[in-house]
Amino acid sequence: MANPAASLPQKIKYQLYPLGEAALVVQLGDTISPETFRRVQACARRLAQRPFPGFLELVPAYTTVTVYFNPLQVSGHCHPTPYHRVARQVEELLQGMEPGAAPEATEAVMLPVCYGGVFGPDLEFVAQTNQLTPQEVIALHTQPEYVVYLIGFAPGFPYLGGMNQRIAAPRRATPRGAIPAGSVGIAGHQTGVYPLETPGGWQLIGRTPRALFRPDSSSPSLLKAGDTVRFYPISEQEFRHWQEGGTHEP
Amino acid sequence: MSLRVEKAGLLTTVQDLGRWGYQQQGVIVGGAMDPVAHRVANWLVGNAQEAATLEFTMLGPSLRFAADHLIALTGGSFAAQINGKAVPAWRPLLVRKGALLEVGRARQGARGYLAVAGGIQVPLVLGSASTYLRAGIGGLKGAPLQEQAMVPCPGSSNPEFPPLGWETGHQNLERTTWFVRPAWYQGFRQELVIRVLQGPEYGWFFRESQRAFWQQPFQVTPQSDRMGYRLAGPALGLAEPRELLSTAVTFGTVQVPPQGNPIVLMADHQTTGGYPRIGQVIRADLAALAQVLPGQRIRFQEVTLEEAYRLLYEQERHLAQLKSALSLKRKR
Repeated sequence: MANPAASLPQKIKYQLYPLGEAALVVQLGDTISPETFRRVQACARRLAQRPFPGFLELVPAYTTVTVYFNPLQVSGHCHPTPYHRVARQVEELLQGMEPGAAPEATEAVMLPVCYGGVFGPDLEFVAQTNQLTPQEVIALHTQPEYVVYLIGFAPGFPYLGGMNQRIAAPRRATPRGAIPAGSVGIAGHQTGVYPLETPGGWQLIGRTPRALFRPDSSSPSLLKAGDTVRFYPISEQEFRHWQEGGTHEP
Repeated sequence: MSLRVEKAGLLTTVQDLGRWGYQQQGVIVGGAMDPVAHRVANWLVGNAQEAATLEFTMLGPSLRFAADHLIALTGGSFAAQINGKAVPAWRPLLVRKGALLEVGRARQGARGYLAVAGGIQVPLVLGSASTYLRAGIGGLKGAPLQEQAMVPCPGSSNPEFPPLGWETGHQNLERTTWFVRPAWYQGFRQELVIRVLQGPEYGWFFRESQRAFWQQPFQVTPQSDRMGYRLAGPALGLAEPRELLSTAVTFGTVQVPPQGNPIVLMADHQTTGGYPRIGQVIRADLAALAQVLPGQRIRFQEVTLEEAYRLLYEQERHLAQLKSALSLKRKR
């Protein structure tokens, strides 16, 4: 007979702790991994589907889901504190939750990028650092399907996983005062896109004409944690065409 | 029906109680740095606490009134005049059409609030009027007040914020002597004690750093703004090198970058951060912290989560009493 434990669905293990009086953190792992990523996504979905009284919003990250609530609006028996009441509700909601299969394959968000030139002044540097040609850097950067682990740092800024380590490059010794919105950069083992003009020390390899932050939309961030992203190269002319409102999807 | 900006002040922005619901898209909550002063200012003029106010910093604005308006000033102690005559804070004031309100320097505290009956009517962005400076959205074109700009104030014509019962009392309001002021604004101490919970990564720090955090004062440096206060004091270190994976942070989170000087995150904090969180300022002390100026010193005092809630309830009870006292005033 098979080991009965093996046939039981594997429950998600987690810890709960407060972040002040108005937030609860669900910790679902300690390292960045596809397994932890799936648990975080499953947990965030479950909690968002069943908001409790006083629930405000939640923020998924690499290994955590942070739940914000209004402690003055948490209802029911709040012994000893509203945090404990919320923790019990979260435990109930997560009861029996399984890590789940890999999330249903959603279509990747396609981001056109004009690499090099004025848009990517550090493309040469990234190539030289890794003994590659600029064309090889572009090929390696456009190859993978990246995973959006979280949105943070700036509105719509995606922390992407999956970059090929052959194009890793250190941050600039002196950060630039203003990096134009849409700039695609590499910092260490990460790649990302700047949604707003901000100062920053990333090596810039190109720019996308697609807006990552759209404050007029009810869903202002183009990307969400859990999405997948692909970059594809466009010419400077195509970049200008995009900017003028031509939105030809590949 | 609006206020013309004659002098903008140092940093004057439109704020409300924040832009909730978009943190997972990287959009900060923002809102008033001192939510207590913001709420009381609104109650004083009969507004809902969520109505937008003007938040000014260290040096206030000068505003010309295009119509009669009922206003209130709260927060830090600022020298304020209407048509050259000094006026008090923490009470409703009737300002006549054509009058000039001049808010000067802060005598005590750092931030003040101006509420106008009927609210300040700017287009809501993602459900909030708050100015989000870094993203350039909310408030007046996403920016601080500029000279000659118009601050739209519908006054009593705004059906959403009727200044209940105030109109009939206009004459009386010009002679009012009463005021309301939460007790903790009566004295601003040189060395403020801020009560703090242990943060999630408190245990990562050296014992000596933990002790120093509670026992030694920290100075708020000039590199402090609506995003956060950078503190100078004993350097705090991790017992062993560990890296925190970016995770959510909130108003009042005390994080420690590698060089060891803590940063207290304030209203415009980023949604996520990657520095170990040694502490979390309790909600009841955020208003006091918002009134601290660069150069001032603060001390952290440890409290438990239970005490933090008790102090929050106490503050809310005090505010509820104040609010109901105000509604009694209105009915007379």
